[in-house]
Amino acid sequence: MPKLVKHLLLIVLPLLAVFAVAPAVYQNHLLLFNFVIFLILAQGVNIIYGFTGYLPFGYVGFFGAGAYGFAIMVMHLQMPAALAVLAAGVVGVVLGLLLTPLLRLTGAYFAIANLAASLAVLHLVANPALESITKGPYGVSLTGTFNPTLAYEAALVVLALTLGAVVYLRNSSFGLALQAVREDPVSAAMAGVDVVRMRMVAWLASALVAGLAGGVYAWYVSVFYPDNVFSGEFSIFAIVFALFGGVATILGPIVGVLILYGVYNLIGFTTPQYFQLIYGLLIMGLVLFLPAGLMSLATRRGWHVP
Amino acid sequence: MLTYALVAGVLFGLYFSLVGIGLNLVFGVMRIVNLAHGDIIMLGGFIALGVVTLASVDPLFAVPLAFVVFVLAGLALYYVLVPRLQGASNPEMLSIILFFGLSQVIEAITTIFAGTSERSIQSRLLGTVFTTIRVKWFGGKPGPGGPIHILGQGFPAPWVIAAATSLVAIGLVYVYLYRTRLGTLTRAVMSRRDEALATGIDVDRVSAAAFGIGLGLAAMAGVFAPFMFGSITPAFGADATVTSFAIVVLGSLGNPLGTALGGIVYGVCYMLVQTYLSSWADLLPYVLLILILLLRPSGLLGRRVRVA
Repeated sequence: MPKLVKHLLLIVLPLLAVFAVAPAVYQNHLLLFNFVIFLILAQGVNIIYGFTGYLPFGYVGFFGAGAYGFAIMVMHLQMPAALAVLAAGVVGVVLGLLLTPLLRLTGAYFAIANLAASLAVLHLVANPALESITKGPYGVSLTGTFNPTLAYEAALVVLALTLGAVVYLRNSSFGLALQAVREDPVSAAMAGVDVVRMRMVAWLASALVAGLAGGVYAWYVSVFYPDNVFSGEFSIFAIVFALFGGVATILGPIVGVLILYGVYNLIGFTTPQYFQLIYGLLIMGLVLFLPAGLMSLATRRGWHVP
Repeated sequence: MLTYALVAGVLFGLYFSLVGIGLNLVFGVMRIVNLAHGDIIMLGGFIALGVVTLASVDPLFAVPLAFVVFVLAGLALYYVLVPRLQGASNPEMLSIILFFGLSQVIEAITTIFAGTSERSIQSRLLGTVFTTIRVKWFGGKPGPGGPIHILGQGFPAPWVIAAATSLVAIGLVYVYLYRTRLGTLTRAVMSRRDEALATGIDVDRVSAAAFGIGLGLAAMAGVFAPFMFGSITPAFGADATVTSFAIVVLGSLGNPLGTALGGIVYGVCYMLVQTYLSSWADLLPYVLLILILLLRPSGLLGRRVRVA
């Protein structure tokens, strides 16, 4: 059995199955939905950071743009929700295309420019001068399309798509080429890898995933403000979850989300500053003591991690 | 109106230079992205607040205090965090995440002790030491010094004091970098770290000094933050970090003195947009940052340091 099929059958299918039946046995629907969203975002970060080494510090820009893309399609064009989610993905890709020049930057420069780009999109959307289009800082309300059950299923579809992309990257020469570019772009180019095109494909795939996630998120919550959907926490959480598990693997980001987001919800929201303190310390400890993620514990012993 | 915007821009610009210069020193020497920079500025603001409420003296006294406290804190923090980080495979990337964690910790601890409410200091308190000296030595009547007049326009005294202090601080950074032995070594590490190491420079000591001074300068800038921005909250740090980045990148990352120019350009743009297009003012730092990164990645004064 090829590895690709094995990964699909042994990792992706069980995960999707668990999240598909979970609402029937577990009451907190919103929590499950958030798990799915963070699984999508962490894998989206995995696609761009894990496989190409570009740290998308403003990843939430695509997510927020997708959410607003959904909202504008529904508000102004009366699009059905499922179609508007696709439009949200398109918005993510378009924003990704607009930001492709950023890929010329490397390292910290890229991360900072990406952060600035996401904040620029936030301030554009939240600008009172554009109230007629985006409702500015006053937020949107899409009660007409409110349907959490369907939105949850749509999120599962997006998750399946994302996981499929990561499984493909993990098991294809394309993914291998991307990792070669990450390690040494010059040598990769010498070996016949089309560096620019490959980076761009990974970048747009990751933007598409975040845009779709933003769309289903907007569908699910239906009432939101710019500060909600452009909250830097989405980028940070997605990056930390992916890193905690270990990037450039299929399993790493999944384990990261399940453990860390689980812990997050166990600690609870009652005293946000204590949570923030613990979280900050956790991040610092992670970077100092386990920079390659949980999965590196296994790879260090020579075990293969999918 | 235009003169006002330009002069205010220069005053703010000088202050913004001080805000950014510490970040640039740290990045230039260690290639570490200090995302907690804004939080150090915020803590500087709280030191000013503490000096005013506990000792009720001129907040100007908080400037040396904040500097010394954070130079020491910076040295300690350097030896705890940085050597371990430098050992990892991709220190530049990981530093972003590490210092993000640190900024969360600082923000959380400050919130636990100080709450989330906005704190401000009466602006007439800043510079009272000058009035006292004037009254004592030259006579005259005590009382708050009103606005200071430059080119026929009145500006709030705190703006002028902050700008003057920034000018002095930047001058001192220049003297440190170009007229002292440690400064020369610092510049050597900035231009080529591995060669500096090979010539026997104690890179760790030089870096620790730069890290301490960088944090000290940020805290100094923070003392004026309550006056320049009206008030501070524990959450002030994140915005301050992005603004500092815009300034630093504008000047050129890795060249601390370029930051002075970057700050002034930023300050003047900020005031012009604020005056003529106020609803778009929030967008400015981000758009400016992206444009500069794309068009002139090495900054306005930069040598070509970046290898793409």
